Amino acid sequence: MTFLQIVEGPLFYFAAAVFVLAAAWRVFGLIRMGRKRDISPPKGSAAAGFVKGNLRHFIPRGMFARRTWIHIIGGYSFHIGLFVLFFFGAFHIDFIKQYLGISWTPLPRWGFILVSEIAFAGLIVLWVRRISDPVMRLISDWDDHIGTWLTFLVMLTGCLALQQSHDVLRGIHMLFVDIWLIYFPFSRLMHAFTFFLSRGHTGATYGRKGMNP
Amino acid sequence: MSSENKAQIAVDKFLEFTDGEVASFFEACVHCGECAEACHFYMATEDPKYTPTYKLLPMVKAYKREKAPLRSIRKMFGLLPPAVTEDELREWETLVYDSCTMCGRCTLVCPMGIDIAGTIRKMREGYAAADIVPDGLKRSVDFVKKTGSPMGVTPKALLAQIAHQEKETGIKIEVDKQGADYMAILSSMEIMGFPEIIGAYAKIFKKAGVSWTISTKAYEATNVGVQIGSGPLAKEIVTRVVDAAEELGVKYVISPECGHAYGAIRWAGPNMVGRPFKFEVVHIIELLDQLRRDGRIPAGAKDGRKMTLHDPCQIIRRGGLLKEPRSLLDDSCSDFVEMENAGLGNLCCGGGGGVSANPRAADLQNAAFGCKADQLNAIDGLEAVVVPCANCRTVFEEGLEERDMDHLEVLGLGELVAETLKDIEQAEG
Repeated sequence: MTFLQIVEGPLFYFAAAVFVLAAAWRVFGLIRMGRKRDISPPKGSAAAGFVKGNLRHFIPRGMFARRTWIHIIGGYSFHIGLFVLFFFGAFHIDFIKQYLGISWTPLPRWGFILVSEIAFAGLIVLWVRRISDPVMRLISDWDDHIGTWLTFLVMLTGCLALQQSHDVLRGIHMLFVDIWLIYFPFSRLMHAFTFFLSRGHTGATYGRKGMNP
Repeated sequence: MSSENKAQIAVDKFLEFTDGEVASFFEACVHCGECAEACHFYMATEDPKYTPTYKLLPMVKAYKREKAPLRSIRKMFGLLPPAVTEDELREWETLVYDSCTMCGRCTLVCPMGIDIAGTIRKMREGYAAADIVPDGLKRSVDFVKKTGSPMGVTPKALLAQIAHQEKETGIKIEVDKQGADYMAILSSMEIMGFPEIIGAYAKIFKKAGVSWTISTKAYEATNVGVQIGSGPLAKEIVTRVVDAAEELGVKYVISPECGHAYGAIRWAGPNMVGRPFKFEVVHIIELLDQLRRDGRIPAGAKDGRKMTLHDPCQIIRRGGLLKEPRSLLDDSCSDFVEMENAGLGNLCCGGGGGVSANPRAADLQNAAFGCKADQLNAIDGLEAVVVPCANCRTVFEEGLEERDMDHLEVLGLGELVAETLKDIEQAEG
């Protein structure tokens, strides 16, 4: 069995299983902790607040933009870029088709490269801010740095494998993907799944009060 | 209580209060640091330790060590945080009590929508249980236990203030009136510092034909239990009001111009007592707005001074009463201007959440008020600021005096409404 076959075969299956099971366990664990029923008379709907809270926090508030513009630009560039790369990269769509049998229209090659640059720029901005800003230095821990670096390496090796000229480059990319998948559910990368609970809980609390902060 | 015991008591409370909501906050925080940019304590000092999410660290550590899903796997790799110690709790005490007014502004900027203010409130439960609390708040608790009021306001002192206001207004104020529709509760600060609000209620309610009373058994709205983080004490204070209101058979209890008092009785109250009340809780601003819309307190000549409105955090941002004060001000003031970021995003005065009752935090509170002073200074020709919270009002008066800005008049909303009632204008005319 070649290196590529291992990282795309048994190791990938193992990593994907860890990712799915552990991430589901963590999210289910949070939901299972529950929340005491609020018996104060409501002014609005908690359920609507849950949804509104989730949607509202996708959009940064203008009043803070002067103080937070670096984070806004870095955060949006990276997250939107990564989302587009993952779901619209031609090789990713082929890979998904191989396992799930579904596919959709990919980005053209020039689009992939452009979006990659935007995503890289965003991630680098976020990381430089993390190591240079006094607030970020104080609150950051090893998990923040490992998550950033692993994601960076997945993206970098993905770009190196873009030419598909060497199996070994594709293999290295898949190795980092496997490591990333295993690390993900135990790390702060899980915010990709927990954000909706956090926003939703706050949204529900305020929704009962008839407002949407 | 030994050192180990104190830490364990605090940790046990942290875990008790870490439900699915709080756990989701801890799990979603990505350490982006945005919350610092919304916190007036960080804005005033630029000290990173005032970053709101950092203030939660001992509680987060306790959660990760004792309650977080998948912690057993992390433990196998030696990745659990160390146990929380009493020294650590004491080191964090000033962050939890002195530098957080639980204003909730950080939630607005948080991409994850984390309610850090509400979590600090729960974290204080652990601190209070372990008796690691500021002396100033302890003194308030002692006063409450002795007199029912954090400033030691006795029924005799209340009756004296009521008698004085009856004399001022010429209106009889009914005390302990069985079967009244409304029962007003007041904050100690109002009773002793701004008693004219009692006269304002008398004028407004007489005009509106509202049947109201004040109970000598439960007149105190200030809930120091919420400020210090003691659930049992908070419940005791709320229960006193509930018992008195249900004994008098009132339909409504009026929460005063006091920030946290509203949240304590309106939103947290039934949950603390464990049952719905037999009456409704209505904030005075809500009631005034309703009476105005019903045409029962028509506005007369407007106050012509250039005025702005301070948004008390617990009433506006965390209480949901955003439009009502503005509607009342539009009727009462001819030159009303909003300050920058007014409404949901307005800055806290710096003295809420028990900070103003904590002398140790005085300098920090004053520094944080500097952000508010900047907002006021940005309005040219400002003559008065309406502050519908007695605690904020005291902080304003002290902070403005400190900055030689005491030419600005600080007034309550109820008083302004009373002064600009149609009848008053006609009487003076």
